[in-house]
Amino acid sequence: MATDNKPAVSIKDMIKKDRILNSGHRMCAGCAAPVVIKLMGMALRGPTIVCNNTGCLEVATTIYPYTAWNLPWIHVAFENAAAVASGIIEATKVMHAKGHFEHEHVDVIALGGDGASFDIGFGAISGAMERGHDMVYMCYDNGAYQNTGIQRSGATFMGQETTTSWAGSVIPGKLERKKPIAEIIAAHKIPYVATVEPSNYRDFITKFRKALEVEGPAFIHAFSPCPRGWRSATGESISLSKLAVETGLHPLYEVINGEEWIMSSASKNLKELKPVDEYFKTQGQFKHLFKPEWADFRKRIQEQVDHDWELLKKRCGVE
Amino acid sequence: MTVSKDRITVEGLTGDAAIAHALRQADLDVLSAYPITPQTIIVEDYQKFAADGQVKAKVIPVESEHSAMSACVGASAVGARVATASASAGLALMWEILYCAASMRMPIVFTVANRALSAPINIHNDHSDGMGMRDSGFIQLYCQSSQEAYDTTLMAFKLAEHHDVLLPVMVGIDGFIVSHNVERVEMLPDDEVSKFVGVREPVQPLDPDNPITMGPLALTDYYFEFKEQQDKAIQNVPRVYKEVEDEFEKLTGRKYGMFETYKTEDADIIIIAMSSMGGTAKVVADALRERGDKVGVIRLKMFRPFPTKDIAKAVGKAKAVAVFEKAMSFGAATHPLALEVRTALYEAEQRPMIADFVVGLGGRDVPPITFVEGVDKTKEYLKKGEAPLYETLGVRK
Repeated sequence: MATDNKPAVSIKDMIKKDRILNSGHRMCAGCAAPVVIKLMGMALRGPTIVCNNTGCLEVATTIYPYTAWNLPWIHVAFENAAAVASGIIEATKVMHAKGHFEHEHVDVIALGGDGASFDIGFGAISGAMERGHDMVYMCYDNGAYQNTGIQRSGATFMGQETTTSWAGSVIPGKLERKKPIAEIIAAHKIPYVATVEPSNYRDFITKFRKALEVEGPAFIHAFSPCPRGWRSATGESISLSKLAVETGLHPLYEVINGEEWIMSSASKNLKELKPVDEYFKTQGQFKHLFKPEWADFRKRIQEQVDHDWELLKKRCGVE
Repeated sequence: MTVSKDRITVEGLTGDAAIAHALRQADLDVLSAYPITPQTIIVEDYQKFAADGQVKAKVIPVESEHSAMSACVGASAVGARVATASASAGLALMWEILYCAASMRMPIVFTVANRALSAPINIHNDHSDGMGMRDSGFIQLYCQSSQEAYDTTLMAFKLAEHHDVLLPVMVGIDGFIVSHNVERVEMLPDDEVSKFVGVREPVQPLDPDNPITMGPLALTDYYFEFKEQQDKAIQNVPRVYKEVEDEFEKLTGRKYGMFETYKTEDADIIIIAMSSMGGTAKVVADALRERGDKVGVIRLKMFRPFPTKDIAKAVGKAKAVAVFEKAMSFGAATHPLALEVRTALYEAEQRPMIADFVVGLGGRDVPPITFVEGVDKTKEYLKKGEAPLYETLGVRK
C-alpha cells in the first residue's frame, strides 16, 4: 500500500511508488487505460477503496480467480460506481465513529469508462456530486463502448466511425457533437473538476492528488486512447493523447467550485491549435472523413472545435 | 424469560411507522432510499429520528432506487448494517442490483410496502412487485400486521447477517392496507433490541489493510460455482430462521413460523393466502365452518425460500387447496403462489385438487365474500372432479 504523503511526480519517485495494478492483466496491447490507472496510483496518499463500473478495465483486470488489483476494489454494475462509492464513504464514516472501522478517512475513488460516465451512469454521478460525498470520480474516456465492440457513446467525436455510427455512403460517422462532460459536472459547483491525459503525466498526477485533497466530490476526465477501437498503431497511444490536447479535442483545464476556470499544462502553452485533420489521419475510425464528399463536414468539425476552444480560453481568461 | 410488560412500549403505529421504529432500534450504519408511495413514511420517520439524533446512521437520500440499492451494496461491502425501502416501480428500477446484492452476499434488509406495478400506474396493493423479484435471490417474508412488520424487520437483520446465510431479506407489508393502517404495536426496549441484533460481523469486507477484489468477472469456468454456493446459502434459511425466531420468542412470546396454520387439521378445503389476506381468510373460515364447511387457512409468510415440504405436510389430507393470490405471471400455467403450491403437493400421497384465484390486483378490495365465492367454486370443482388452472375473481369480465 502506498502511504507516503507526497504524490510521485518525478520519474525517480514514480518508480519507487507501490503499483496499484499488477502486470498480467488482460487489457489490449497499447490500451492507455492501465497507464491512466498507474498514474492515478502515483497520486494516492493513504487508505483507498476503488469502485469500478462495468467496462474494459473492470472485465480485463479481474477475471476470476485472478485479479490485477492491489487495492480493495469492488464492481457491482455498469452504471452505479458513484452510488456504490456513496455507500462506502458514508458507511466507513459511521462505522469509524462507532468504533467498528479502523480508518478515520478512506479515499474512495469511483472509475468508469465513457459509456458508464457520459451515458448510463450519468444520473448516479450527478446525484453523488449533488449530495457532496467526498469521492473522486474518474472517467477514462476512450470515445466509445469499446468493451462491447466499439459502439458510439455520448463521448464519441463528431465524424467518428463506430459499429453504431457507421461511415456509409450517406452518413459520415457520428453526426452529433461530444457531450462536454467536465463542463456539465463543473456546473454542479463541486469543489474540483479537471481534465487530464497520460502524456502530460505530471499534470495528471498533480490534478488527481488535488482531487483527493479537496473536501467533497471531485471529477477527473481522463482521455484514454484505444488502438483496437480507433484503428491506431498500438505504440502511438501516448502520442495520440498528446495530439488530442494539441488539436483542442481534449483541452487540459481545471474548474474550481464550478466558477474558477484555469487552463493548464500543455493547453496553457499552446499558441494555436493544430488542425484536427492531423489527429484524424492517425486513425482508421476517421479515414472516411478524407473522402471528397465529406470535406465540408470535416470543415464543420474544425469550426466546432475552434469555437469550443475560444470559449474555453475566454472562460479561463487566456488570450 | 420474556421482557417484562413495564418495559414494553405500546403505541398505535402504521405498518410503515412500525418498520421505522424497528430500523431505529436496529442500530443501522446506513439507510439509503428514494421516496415512493406507500413506503415513504418509513424513510420520512427514519429521517426524523436522524434529525433528532436518535440514530447514529447516515441516511443517503439518493437520486433513484437503482442508486439506493447500489449504495446499500457499497455500504454493506465494507461491513455496515444497511437497510432500504421501496415498492412497485421503485423496486422494479432496483431490479438489476437486487440480483447483485444477493449474489454478492450482502445482508441488506429491504422493507417493501407491496404495490402494483405499472401500467396503468396505480399506487395500491398487490404482490406483483414482490413476485417479480422472487428469483433475485432475496429471502422474502410477507407480514400480516404492523406488529409482525416490526418483529420481522428486527429478525431480518439476524437472519440476513448470519454467516450460514449472508443474503438480503425483503420484508413485505401490504401497501396502504398495512403500511397506512394504525394498529397496536408492542415495542421492545432499545437495550433488548441491541442485545438481540448485536453488531454485524462481516466475513470478507472491503478493507484497505487487507485488499480483496469483490464483484469480479466470472465466466464459464466459475460463474456456476457462485450460483451453487448461493443456492446452498438460501437452503440454510429455514434452519437459521427457526433459531432466530426461537430467540425472539424468548424475548417477546411471539413467533410466526414460515407460515401460520388455522384450523387446517381436519379441513377439507385449505385456503392459502399471503399477507393481510390471511386475516380475512381466517374470519371466512370461521363463518364457513358455522355453515358446515370444514375450511382451514395457511397464511404463508416465507415465500423465498419456499417451505415446500412443510407446506405439503400442513395440507395433509385436505381434499382441495384454494390459493388466493395478488399477482399474475402472464402466460404461466398458473400464477406464482399456485405454481409453488402445486409443485409442493405433486409428490403428496393424496394429491389434493388445487384452485388458483387471482384477486385484488391494483388494490381491488378482497372482502370476505370473495373468499366465500372461491371456496364455493372449489366445492363445485370437487364435485365435478376438475378445476381450471386459474381464474380471476372480483373483476369485470
